[in-house]
Amino acid sequence: MTIEILATYTIALLLLIGTIFTLVAAIGLLKLNDPMTRLHAPTKAGTVGIGAFLMASILQSYTFGEGSFHELLIMAFLFVTAPVSANFMAKVSLHRGACALPPPTPQDETWSTLNHFDHDGEVEEVARDDKPNPV
Amino acid sequence: MMKLLRWLLPHPALTLLLTLVWVLLQNSVSSGMVVFGLILGIIIPIATARWWPDRPKAVHLGKLLIYCVLVMWDIIVANVQVAWIVLTKSNAKMSPAWVVIPLELRSPEAITVLAGTITLTPGTVSADLSDGGHYLLVHALDAEDPDAVRDDIKQRYERRLQEIFR
Repeated sequence: MTIEILATYTIALLLLIGTIFTLVAAIGLLKLNDPMTRLHAPTKAGTVGIGAFLMASILQSYTFGEGSFHELLIMAFLFVTAPVSANFMAKVSLHRGACALPPPTPQDETWSTLNHFDHDGEVEEVARDDKPNPV
Repeated sequence: MMKLLRWLLPHPALTLLLTLVWVLLQNSVSSGMVVFGLILGIIIPIATARWWPDRPKAVHLGKLLIYCVLVMWDIIVANVQVAWIVLTKSNAKMSPAWVVIPLELRSPEAITVLAGTITLTPGTVSADLSDGGHYLLVHALDAEDPDAVRDDIKQRYERRLQEIFR
């Protein structure tokens, strides 16, 4: 009995935490004014916000029904895919010049998104020496 | 015997991971499901072996686990910090900055993990890689001192990844 009450409060707390972080992400999306800084808000809600919801779901299923734990899988897939989409959005805003230009690289290289076209319309070939080290 | 084992398990970590994912997908731990997951975990790496010729030779699993826990903790802490910044700091006072991180990591897998970690940690998003693969471009939401952010990432994550992907 007491365990159920304890679990209920924990679930409620987790749901509350998840809601707060998701709300903050939405506020950030509205408030921030530059594409790159705006990118920071939603990519973060995906971590703690959704994580807290899923923890609540796991806890609820173990206390009040048959246990379920494939929420862990949702979390894992989210963690693998979220950076990729964030990276795509960052590349798009770099490419369209929608944000402040990044500093040039210290050595004789360019950022791969900004790899400029040649005069005759061909992509400049840059020598690659980044073969993985067979150490 | 070793040869047979190596043929059967060309990628032991992948076998383990596939079994785990299968069990999680089934949502129940029964011996039948574990055995079926193991069968899948043995067949799939053998069938796909030719598509990963240059994978890192040795991945330090224990250190990888420690790294995962560390990243989880950092995500929670930084989430609170970023939420505070978003709610309390006005746009004009924020100082977003580009941070250039010189990479010592060379293997593509390690760089991918580093970039993913940087994006998952609130406050920083990895945006681009230089075309030679020597620098990582990171955008920081509110960094008064970009050099400190760079040193922090190098110290905290890159050093550990170097030990994991040897």
